[in-house]
Amino acid sequence: MNANLFIPTLFAVVFAPLILGIINRTKAFFGGRHGQPFLQLYYDLFKLLRKGATYSKTTTYIFRLGPMVGLVCVLLATTLVPFGGIRSFLCFPGDILLFAYILGLMRFFTVLAALDTGSSFEGMGAAREVHFSALAEVAFFLGLIVLAKATSSASFSDMYSSSFPYIWIANSTQMLLVGVAFFLVLLTENARIPVDDPNTHLELTMIHEVMVLDHSGPDFAFILYGSALKLWVLGTIFTQTIFPFRSGSIYLDLLFSFLAMIVLGVIVGIVESTMARLRLLRVPQLLVAAAALSTVALVLSMR
Amino acid sequence: MTFFLYSLSIFLVSGLLALISKRSAFLSSFFGIAGCVAGCVLGLIPSIQVLLSGQGLSFSFPWAMPLGAFVLNIDFLSAFFLVPVFVLCALAGLYGGQYLYSYRSTHCLGFSWFCFNILVGSMALVIVAANALLFLLAWELMALASFFLVIFEAKKESVRKAGWMYLITTHIGTAFLLAMFLLMAQSAKSMNFMDWDKLEYLPSLARGIFFILAVVGFGAKAGFMPLHIWLPEAHPAAPSHVSSVMSGVMIKTGIYGLIRILSFLGFPSFWWGWTLLAIGIISGVLGILFALAQSDLKRLLAYSTVENVGIITMGLGITLLGIAYQIPVLTVIGFVGSLFHVLNHALYKGLLFLCAGAVLHGTGMRDINLMGGLLKRMRYTGLFFLAGAIAICGLPPLNGFGSEFLIYFACFTGGIPGSHNVAIPALALIIFLSLIGGLSIACFSKAFGIAFSGEPRHESMNHAHDTGWLMKIPMGILALSCILVGFLSPCLLPRIFQNYLSAEHLGILEKATFSLSQITIASIVFLFLLGILALVRSLLLCVRKVETTVTWDCGYAAPTARMQYTGTSFSQILVEFYNFFLRVKQKLSAPKGLFPEPGSFSMETPDLFQEKVFSPLFVRTGNVLCILHTLQHGRIHLYVLYIIVMLIVLLLWKL
Amino acid sequence: MEQLINMLMVVILLTNLLLLGSSRMGTCIPTLGFQGILLGLALPVLLFLPQGITTHILVLVLITIPLRGILFPFILFRVIRKTNIQREIEPFISYPVSIFLGILALVLAFWMNSRLTGMSVPSLHPLLLPVAFYTILVGLILIVSRKLAINQVLGYIVMENGMYVLGIAFAGEVHLLLELGVLMDVFVAVFVMSIAIYRISREFDHIDVNQLQNLKD
Repeated sequence: MNANLFIPTLFAVVFAPLILGIINRTKAFFGGRHGQPFLQLYYDLFKLLRKGATYSKTTTYIFRLGPMVGLVCVLLATTLVPFGGIRSFLCFPGDILLFAYILGLMRFFTVLAALDTGSSFEGMGAAREVHFSALAEVAFFLGLIVLAKATSSASFSDMYSSSFPYIWIANSTQMLLVGVAFFLVLLTENARIPVDDPNTHLELTMIHEVMVLDHSGPDFAFILYGSALKLWVLGTIFTQTIFPFRSGSIYLDLLFSFLAMIVLGVIVGIVESTMARLRLLRVPQLLVAAAALSTVALVLSMR
Repeated sequence: MTFFLYSLSIFLVSGLLALISKRSAFLSSFFGIAGCVAGCVLGLIPSIQVLLSGQGLSFSFPWAMPLGAFVLNIDFLSAFFLVPVFVLCALAGLYGGQYLYSYRSTHCLGFSWFCFNILVGSMALVIVAANALLFLLAWELMALASFFLVIFEAKKESVRKAGWMYLITTHIGTAFLLAMFLLMAQSAKSMNFMDWDKLEYLPSLARGIFFILAVVGFGAKAGFMPLHIWLPEAHPAAPSHVSSVMSGVMIKTGIYGLIRILSFLGFPSFWWGWTLLAIGIISGVLGILFALAQSDLKRLLAYSTVENVGIITMGLGITLLGIAYQIPVLTVIGFVGSLFHVLNHALYKGLLFLCAGAVLHGTGMRDINLMGGLLKRMRYTGLFFLAGAIAICGLPPLNGFGSEFLIYFACFTGGIPGSHNVAIPALALIIFLSLIGGLSIACFSKAFGIAFSGEPRHESMNHAHDTGWLMKIPMGILALSCILVGFLSPCLLPRIFQNYLSAEHLGILEKATFSLSQITIASIVFLFLLGILALVRSLLLCVRKVETTVTWDCGYAAPTARMQYTGTSFSQILVEFYNFFLRVKQKLSAPKGLFPEPGSFSMETPDLFQEKVFSPLFVRTGNVLCILHTLQHGRIHLYVLYIIVMLIVLLLWKL
Repeated sequence: MEQLINMLMVVILLTNLLLLGSSRMGTCIPTLGFQGILLGLALPVLLFLPQGITTHILVLVLITIPLRGILFPFILFRVIRKTNIQREIEPFISYPVSIFLGILALVLAFWMNSRLTGMSVPSLHPLLLPVAFYTILVGLILIVSRKLAINQVLGYIVMENGMYVLGIAFAGEVHLLLELGVLMDVFVAVFVMSIAIYRISREFDHIDVNQLQNLKD
């Protein structure tokens, strides 16, 4: 077996928490603060892994299973997405569907674990999560259709293959539109501003954070790490759609893709620093807009 | 074939025995269950034999019925539909034994078992009948048997109403079928299906009319969207093992009939595919939206049945488009995906209805808003429901994902790269299927999360108890088969279809099964990683302090179980967003003044089509037909006069 | 270059979607102005670039941009300042549904285009016609779906923008006098309507078109 196949997963596993550090540093820069270290999330994860855990009397095994299933799902998702021109560990026609549905499984278990606590805050977050992600899924699939149409393939590794830059140039408008749609999906799925504020402390207004209020210790570490990985995989899809660059050399491509991920972190940080959180009622509108962008791209490529 | 005939006669004899011994609840249950299980096992033998060998079986018997002949034929299609029928019916029969037994003091079990076994037999007969008249007879028998099963608790007003609605809808459907079969028989000059191959040479207009009649007639049974109104009424009213059979396999006879008729009609026009696709999309999206808005567990499942039938129909629509535009990938994989979804839906929807029955059995409740905390009290039921919920949401690694994957796969690899004629329907299918996927996660996280997690919202949950083994085992088998079919689909599908598809088509299918095999690998990796992670977690926690406390309550001193999110509040944000379709009725009496009286708020989601289309239609028709009421005055001599007048008119006309 | 023109067309499409999806007048009016500038500046220049810049194009640009890009938004801003309207709270059709309708309109526009190209209508750029149809349709949706009179004016201007693109698409070179005449008409219309809105709002304290039905006999 080719050892290269593990590189995309390896990059994700190692560097995913770094992106969150970059986002936080960007936000700190805009806020005029020095900010936390880039590696803060790594420290947090190690700290949490060494802690004990507290469980609610109400909870059952679903609550304990939720974080583990979530992390495993997103780990599996990292094996489906290529990185820096290197094909993913699992690639077959239709792996885009497995990708979308494995994230669905993650969501399903996160929501069930939230409902398992019997807290109304967590019920609230869960209801919002399923509502928004149902719309986000449509926008994501629309984008995938555009990519599938342009590249005549149904696998991430074939889409972002070595010929992708040529396809990109011929369809640059569509690709940019899809990129923006993917970016909105990324913000929604990862609970970033303007959809959700990861730093807020008011349970009533939160989505993702409120669903994981009751988790502690290693479980919470799994959740944090899982969401960092989720940001990474969705981010790789976004960056590869927006910045198609191939030099022919694996190392250069990897370096470039890695830089692109850092740029993504900076962009998310800038968005978070300059925008306010949307009212919850307006979030569906944002997602419908993302779907509309993908549709425009689709209409252009179907023309 | 002899096994199949034995099985049919066992259903009949055991049903009659159950009816005869109706004095003794135990004896009639025993006869009913034993007959059902034995018949199903016997019936499975020829079905599986046909599936694996590819050799059809047939049987004919000279019959005194005019126009009819007792011709049975088990070909691939029949066998494929027979397997879920027999499997689910055997399990539901076992389950029903214990489920119904608690009604023994108030209801007559013998009649119910008689109807159940007749229902199973007539379903099997519908699927193997190779003669139009026999088909219709079996179809009617099936409708009547299921009607009597639905009105098992006929003392309740709501149950009688549901039964009526079912009877009327199904007969409207049958009327269309009767017209279709008569016209087809006239065109083919025969009532036997084997002579109907020549129908494909008819002009496309005639075939189009047959197609429409078939869609309406079979759609009423299968639950296509405007004709689905009986499902959300009849499924909650029926005893749970009956709802399981009706939803899992009986409505699939409608799908079977449609495919069977399509196989006679030859090369499809392109609009047939579009019609089925549109029906599928409407049924799928609206079905899951209405399911989301329900708070009655069985009503929710009934609407989700409409959704799943929608997915199957979408797959069939894309299949027809594939034939019409000659894209074999769409045809083969779309068709295999639809059929696979038929099988999967039978497994998981059967399972979910059985679980809902177990909840009803254990708590006496169907309203999700009053449930909660059942997972601790009904461990097994909860676990099985979870498996069913994952499967029905189409999430990997369970079986629901396999069939949805195939339908998506057909669209992505066959439709999207093709010309506009197929790319547009394919992308419509992908978009709406992804919406359905997201919404069904919402729907079933609500169903499981509110009912089984959290704290009990009603005191009757506190003495909820798990069911006996006779009910657990069928649920367990179904849950296990959902998992197994999910993992083994890449081996199962080529094995089943290898005798049915041509070599070229089999090659196309192999591409899809290659992807399925990769998904199985991913699932195994998934389980492996999960195991490792669980190990890591327990190692980490075994040396640390693990505490138990209350759920985070935001510092509030006295939280109660009633403060939890209910099913209605969970779905409220979604329901409001899609209110354009749902038309929710809200009643609010807000507390007013300084010393307010108690306020109240209630919300219900009546069926849109029933409310806006059928009720007004039937009221109008009723008003118009009231004119005829004057003829119905109760004087017998005048009735005889009518007959004489009619006779004279007929004589004058014909002579 | 081809891709650049494509992108430009798509940006015009997107301004339409933005108009459909935003409730704040503070967003809608600059978007309208931006659309006007895009139409006025970029369209003729990019499309006629092969011919070199003629006086005709220059005049067109010099008139269209100040009028569509600056004057119309300015008038509308004045109206919202005077009538103190910030946003439309409850339109007949909610904003997500409006965007959805916008998507349908997009599909319709491209379908109409595909029917027309079958009839071999000469066009300067393949996207020009659908963009024109789409802009007109969006203008119509805006007029039909909104309650505030100011939004009706907005819709009217959007529709007129669509007409302008249609003119370019069909005729290539629009006759200068014709174009100027149309612009003059639109200008007067916007002017009159904004005065009317101002008067209505002073008289009735609102500019809800829906309540005009109270005026009927």
